[in-house]
Amino acid sequence: MSSLDNKHNGSARVGVYICHCGINIAGKVHIQDVVDIAKKLPGVTVAKEYKFMCSDPGQEIIQEDIKKGLIDRVVVASCSPLMHEPTFRGAMAKADGNPFMFQMANIREHVSWVTKDKGLATDKSKALVAAAVARVMFHQPLTKTQVPVNPNVLIVGGGIAGIHAALTMANAGKKVYLVEREPTIGGHMAKFDKTFPTLDCSACILTPKMSAVRAHPNITLWTYSDVVGVDGFVGNFKIKVKLRPRYVIEEECVGCLECIEACIFKHGKFKDEFNVGLAKRKPIYVPFPQATPLVAVIDPETCAYFRAKCKKPCADVCEKKAIDFNQKEEIVEVDVGSIILATGFKTFDASRVARYGYGKYPNVYTSLEVERLVNAAGPTGGEVVLANGKKPKSVAIIHCVGSRDANSNKYCSKVCCMYSLKLAHLVKERTEADVYNFYIDMRTPGKGYEEFYERLLLEGINFIRGRVAEVTDWAMTPDEEEKLVIRAEDTLVGKVRRIPVDMVVLAVGMEAQPDADDVRRMFNISCSHEGWFLERHPKLAPVSTLTDGVFLAGACQGPKDIPDSVAQAGAAAAEALALIDIGHVELEPNTAFVRDEFCSGCRTCMNICPFSAIAIDTEKDTAVVNGALCKGCGTCVAACPSGALQQNLFTDEQIFHEIEGVMNYV
Amino acid sequence: MKYLYYPGCSLKSTGRAYEESALAVTEALGMRMDELEDWNCCGATNYMSISELKSFALSGRNLSLANRQANNTESVSLVAPCAACYLGLTKAKRYIEEYPEIRSKVDGALNAAGLEYRDHVRVRHLLDVLVNDFDQRSITERVKVKLAGMKVACYYGCQIVRPYSEFDDQHNPTSMERLFKSLGMDVVDWPLKTRCCGGTLTGTVSEVGQRLSYILLREATRRGANVIVTACPLCQFNLECYQSEMSKRFNDSVHIPVTYFTQLMGLALGIPRKKLGLHRLFVPIPDGVESPAAGGAHVLA
Repeated sequence: MSSLDNKHNGSARVGVYICHCGINIAGKVHIQDVVDIAKKLPGVTVAKEYKFMCSDPGQEIIQEDIKKGLIDRVVVASCSPLMHEPTFRGAMAKADGNPFMFQMANIREHVSWVTKDKGLATDKSKALVAAAVARVMFHQPLTKTQVPVNPNVLIVGGGIAGIHAALTMANAGKKVYLVEREPTIGGHMAKFDKTFPTLDCSACILTPKMSAVRAHPNITLWTYSDVVGVDGFVGNFKIKVKLRPRYVIEEECVGCLECIEACIFKHGKFKDEFNVGLAKRKPIYVPFPQATPLVAVIDPETCAYFRAKCKKPCADVCEKKAIDFNQKEEIVEVDVGSIILATGFKTFDASRVARYGYGKYPNVYTSLEVERLVNAAGPTGGEVVLANGKKPKSVAIIHCVGSRDANSNKYCSKVCCMYSLKLAHLVKERTEADVYNFYIDMRTPGKGYEEFYERLLLEGINFIRGRVAEVTDWAMTPDEEEKLVIRAEDTLVGKVRRIPVDMVVLAVGMEAQPDADDVRRMFNISCSHEGWFLERHPKLAPVSTLTDGVFLAGACQGPKDIPDSVAQAGAAAAEALALIDIGHVELEPNTAFVRDEFCSGCRTCMNICPFSAIAIDTEKDTAVVNGALCKGCGTCVAACPSGALQQNLFTDEQIFHEIEGVMNYV
Repeated sequence: MKYLYYPGCSLKSTGRAYEESALAVTEALGMRMDELEDWNCCGATNYMSISELKSFALSGRNLSLANRQANNTESVSLVAPCAACYLGLTKAKRYIEEYPEIRSKVDGALNAAGLEYRDHVRVRHLLDVLVNDFDQRSITERVKVKLAGMKVACYYGCQIVRPYSEFDDQHNPTSMERLFKSLGMDVVDWPLKTRCCGGTLTGTVSEVGQRLSYILLREATRRGANVIVTACPLCQFNLECYQSEMSKRFNDSVHIPVTYFTQLMGLALGIPRKKLGLHRLFVPIPDGVESPAAGGAHVLA
């Protein structure tokens, strides 16, 4: 098929519809002037305006004109095609028109919203309408192809969002591949002692879900693993997963932990990642008692065997012979139809705010460290103690560290006020210390959240409104000796205060994972400028991405607490299930094609195609595009030295006439 | 890298010892630093507060003179030892280069004087140059005098790190500490190193200004410092000149030498006290703190 062979024959009948979008467009563009110009353009048989073209009556105007035979192609001048191109194409199809005989002129985002002067805005609208009309004259009827959707799903990240999405999909009878890079699932939630505002035990509500993941017949769980390759498209992704060697055979290990006892290191010596460095672990370890899977892992960086200095007592003591130092990294490939990304967040590095003394003063902690301290299964058995082992008599919690700060992150991390309240309550309960919360604003919207704040006020926690200037060990008075001094402006009292405390807790904000940019490249989605994965629409498509079949769940999309993460994970699962239930996807016909007569068989396109969609017809020695694999990226079209490659909806003719339309007008 | 020296008003008057020691130290390190010819006021404080544009034009003239004196070479640094000059020049450069409307006005003024503004002159503080352009080991090797008894409190003040932090952290700068460790001296941990010295309040509301200076001096002494080094003429003046007045006002004995960092550095490099302007101090560095060093071996070890 070649669109170029079939030029418009002068009988084309274009309908032009200018949308007011309420006052969004009409407030800046003289609509009637644009209609008048459109009427005079060659090929235009109908030019109309309407208040909301996207509304049902608006769509009906187009449909009636098609049915009356007044028009055979349509230009709508309104908003971005990202918004309503599918709406108008759908309207045309319902009236038995071909939906690809359509072109949109964006006079809202590209004109009225960004132009101050009414005259200039009207001029630009006219030019864009002229361009769209010139272009649509060369449009051809095209048809969408359908491909089946693979019902399996890949979920990346085993925190609470990934776990909830996995269980929802698996319970609906779908096959789930859950990939987690740590040795255990559970994510940040597994590290918390209590959850706000109900103060229920985090582990008690999380670990049953973790076990359910492990036991579910529809879930394949790969921990200590990374996704390393993503090919294909919605409904038909090919995924490569790298399983890193844990040097313990997962199917054999029963989690008796005898190997850890037997290790030549009698005590933990290396940074315990799960306890954020507050404890030491051995080279062979399980991250925490309810780790899932409960399988030991050997860290080759620290294990003496890998430096030929150990007779492997761990292997000798294992009755199941589960320890295997010859384990190699393994790559597995699976086919899935949809992907849910639930890769989570990282906490802000508090040492970046040097004036708060993290890393300099031993009794300055991050909130995540204190989560471990208050946790009964943590390094101190739930005791909140100072570096010298004593209980603190006074504790300051500093809010917004790495949030709402032009020097680090401008956004509010959303969870810190609430978890600071929770930590204030727990610290007070465990130590009876005086607790001071230094806040900018208390942000407690959520079910039961404001009530929790009220409760803390009644519990006698001190709240001081003002961003802390610095944490210092500079004593001005005798009662400040040997203490950490908080210097802050108390903005309610209007005074600068110095408050000496024993312990400082920095309420660190949430940031995108450090490798979020690599991940988004692999899955072909976008990041916002703060690094969070970008949803398709902030309000109306919050779990979809601009790549069909890839959905988002949890804090990888932006700061979120547990209830929000779970809700979003459920929504992502529902979207994926809807895709599977329809059973097929329609592919845009914006594929490339080859004009044989111009093709010299140079193979430039074949080598450059990122989807391996181009082959060579050996008989004719010309290139051939496989329409099912072509994603319409246009790379081959740009690369072709002889112009043999063209792309539907983006033919040279269409683009040049579009440019001509603008230029003629200008 | 070509260096041109911008003295500004202080280094020719109250801060004369800064100029003497800065020139002596750079000479000892073999660094050529010609004075900018026909330089004018940097446009600090008074101009900046009343008419920013005039201030930018003044700094713009200095920057354009530097470009001319360096024959339009791409790599020229205009070195300003005075913190206020450094900030004034840096700010002007940023505003001229970021805002075309400011640039065209400044250019208009410069053109009337037969000059033109060029982007490539770098504005550097002398501390930045001595710490970042010199291998610190080569500085250690040049140490001739052992000042091991010196416990140094390094004081930055506000202007060389805020609002711009071109070569060090805004809140916890460490350049001077690194330099004095290279020179074989002990530095004390003193978290007040960027806290206000009182600035011009010392002259206007002396009760407030002197209290701010006093807090710094008292805490430095408490932390075991026996000398404070500064990189700013106003800081040096505030911290040193009112010590006897502070002693009376706050009923405390305040007595600690406050030198320019180049003065103490010069002493370690074996430069005679007089050449460093040390005889100008109100609170002198005691005689006999120097003892000959064996190369720089003791420092390296």
